[in-house]
Amino acid sequence: MNAWIERQRGLIDFAVANLDRRRGRNLGLFLAYVLVVFLLASVVLYGDALRREARQLLADAPELVVQRLTAGRHDLMPADWAARLEGLRGVTRVQGRLWGYHYDPAVAANLTLLVPAEGAPEPGRARLGAALARSHGLGPGDVLSLRDHVGQARAFIVDGLLDTASELANADLLWVSEADFRAFFGIAPGLHTDLALSVANPREVRKVAEKVLERLPGARVISREEMGRTYDAAFHWRQGLLLTMLSLILLAFAFLAWDKASGLSAEERREIGILKALGWDTEDVLRMKLWEGALVSVSAFLAGYLLAWLHVFHAHAPLFTAVLKGWSVLYPRFALRPEADFAQLAALALLTVLPYVAATLVPVWRAATLDPDEVMRE
Amino acid sequence: MIELADVHKTFNPGRGNEYRAIRGVTLAIEPGRVTALRGPSGSGKTTLLGLIGGLTRPSAGRVRLDGRDISALPERFLTRLRRDAFGFVFQQFQLIRDLSVLENVMLPATPTGRPYRRVRARALELLGHLGLAARADARSQWLSGGEAQRVAIARALINDPPVILADEPTAHLDSALSIQILDILADLRRQGRTVVIASHDPLVFSAGLVERVVDLRDGRVAP
Ligand SMILES: Nc1ncnc2c1ncn2[C@@H]1O[C@H](COP(=O)(O)OP(=O)(O)O)[C@@H](O)[C@H]1O
Ligand SMILES: [Mg+2]
Repeated sequence: MNAWIERQRGLIDFAVANLDRRRGRNLGLFLAYVLVVFLLASVVLYGDALRREARQLLADAPELVVQRLTAGRHDLMPADWAARLEGLRGVTRVQGRLWGYHYDPAVAANLTLLVPAEGAPEPGRARLGAALARSHGLGPGDVLSLRDHVGQARAFIVDGLLDTASELANADLLWVSEADFRAFFGIAPGLHTDLALSVANPREVRKVAEKVLERLPGARVISREEMGRTYDAAFHWRQGLLLTMLSLILLAFAFLAWDKASGLSAEERREIGILKALGWDTEDVLRMKLWEGALVSVSAFLAGYLLAWLHVFHAHAPLFTAVLKGWSVLYPRFALRPEADFAQLAALALLTVLPYVAATLVPVWRAATLDPDEVMRE
Repeated sequence: MIELADVHKTFNPGRGNEYRAIRGVTLAIEPGRVTALRGPSGSGKTTLLGLIGGLTRPSAGRVRLDGRDISALPERFLTRLRRDAFGFVFQQFQLIRDLSVLENVMLPATPTGRPYRRVRARALELLGHLGLAARADARSQWLSGGEAQRVAIARALINDPPVILADEPTAHLDSALSIQILDILADLRRQGRTVVIASHDPLVFSAGLVERVVDLRDGRVAP
């Protein structure tokens, strides 16, 4: 056992000396490696964090949303539709919602105005998503001025920031009172944007949706699951696009690694011959090279992953914002919440470390199984 | 005792560039003595040394070490033999660039798993004996020919093998340095080691340490 440890120590010493001897080459490889892991891990971490955000959003969403369609387009909900759904079996609550988009030319961005079911601000006041407040440089007590549907400026006093359970949601969100909302968009009393239905038993959701359609022909019913799938599909698609581009980079890196790490120089082949001639087993040579490859790839992997982590969770992923998020012009500065996922970490490690180590070992193994008598000649 | 029985070595057998470097050598090398393989360039001295030390296997015939046939040993055992039974001093020194003298000397001990500190102490002791104590930290490519040759000898001795195989140990050295190296080899003989030298340098044969000369010509032992 002691001999085994001493032997590994000797092999590691030699591996470290080797890395040091070919410092320039190994440094180049290390940096390329870090870059690849950084890009790959950034995409994965960012995509996963966004998907978590979306799921968070949905967790607070009602089981069913009912919209009115007119000529195939989303239209305002008449006052009596909610009443027509009262008493539907399995539905615990029917609520008319008020929300809408407003384009603000001052910041060239879309805002989402919303009247919350509970805790709406007083008329003349508004509550802002934290990210939105940040991007406008607004805080409690400041005044936000927006032009309403007839072009008249309306001032809202900011009376608080929305809690940031999901920054994605709060990034463009503005809470106002019902009276202000109707005045701002010119929506008559009684009309709503859509209806939110709470269904206690998840297994009844589909049944309830069918019954809603029976009672309200011309309505569109959207379940929370469907919204989730749509979100996921959008994320997957974008992430897939990025991963495809990245796999090209990865391929280029594989070639580089193959060429640089595995293409044994005549010098290296000679050295392997010397070691063999001096009584090193093929296994010893392989193990030493394994240490060499592991030191480079594991440290590069950790460095790349750490950088990706900082990039995504502390620097707000400046490299990917445009591609992955895309749907809002507002480019809010997200603070995505980090979450460790060891399966994902292991998969990434496997994907990057294994091919590298294999690429290094194969040619060494070939050189190490040759007769060492070449060493006796020049 | 090392015995060779009708040993042949053919390079690139069956191909256009086939070459029969050793053509039936039968030879017994006595333990604890200095034996020299003598012959012109290309006569097969280096090849024979490699066959004796298990760097390569004979195409035909047997090589025995203390009665044990080593020509048919699996690779792992042959490697162990190279590590424990033989110390090689190659003609081109074959030190590893950018490693220090000390690291080069310690290299054959790595697979043995002997404690680092003991190996290091032994390496420094050997370097001290060979007058290289001050060069322990020098990079191997900075050494002069005489120094490199002594480092190669120290490396051959690190695992304390009973047999030393030296290929043209004076080839790159002037007379004074050559005599210094031959003195070192004579010392090894006094320690009870078997020394086999391959050389065509007259100085080696006039220095008085060689007890037995084997003349080689065209891959055969000359009468
Ligand atoms: N690997 C090899 N392939 C082909 N020919 C070889 C090889 N090694 C040695 N030879 C040939 O075998 C002959 C004997 O070589 P060698 O043993 O080095 O002689 P010496 O050491 O006496 O000069 C030479 O003609 C040499 O060219
Ligand atoms: Mg020779």
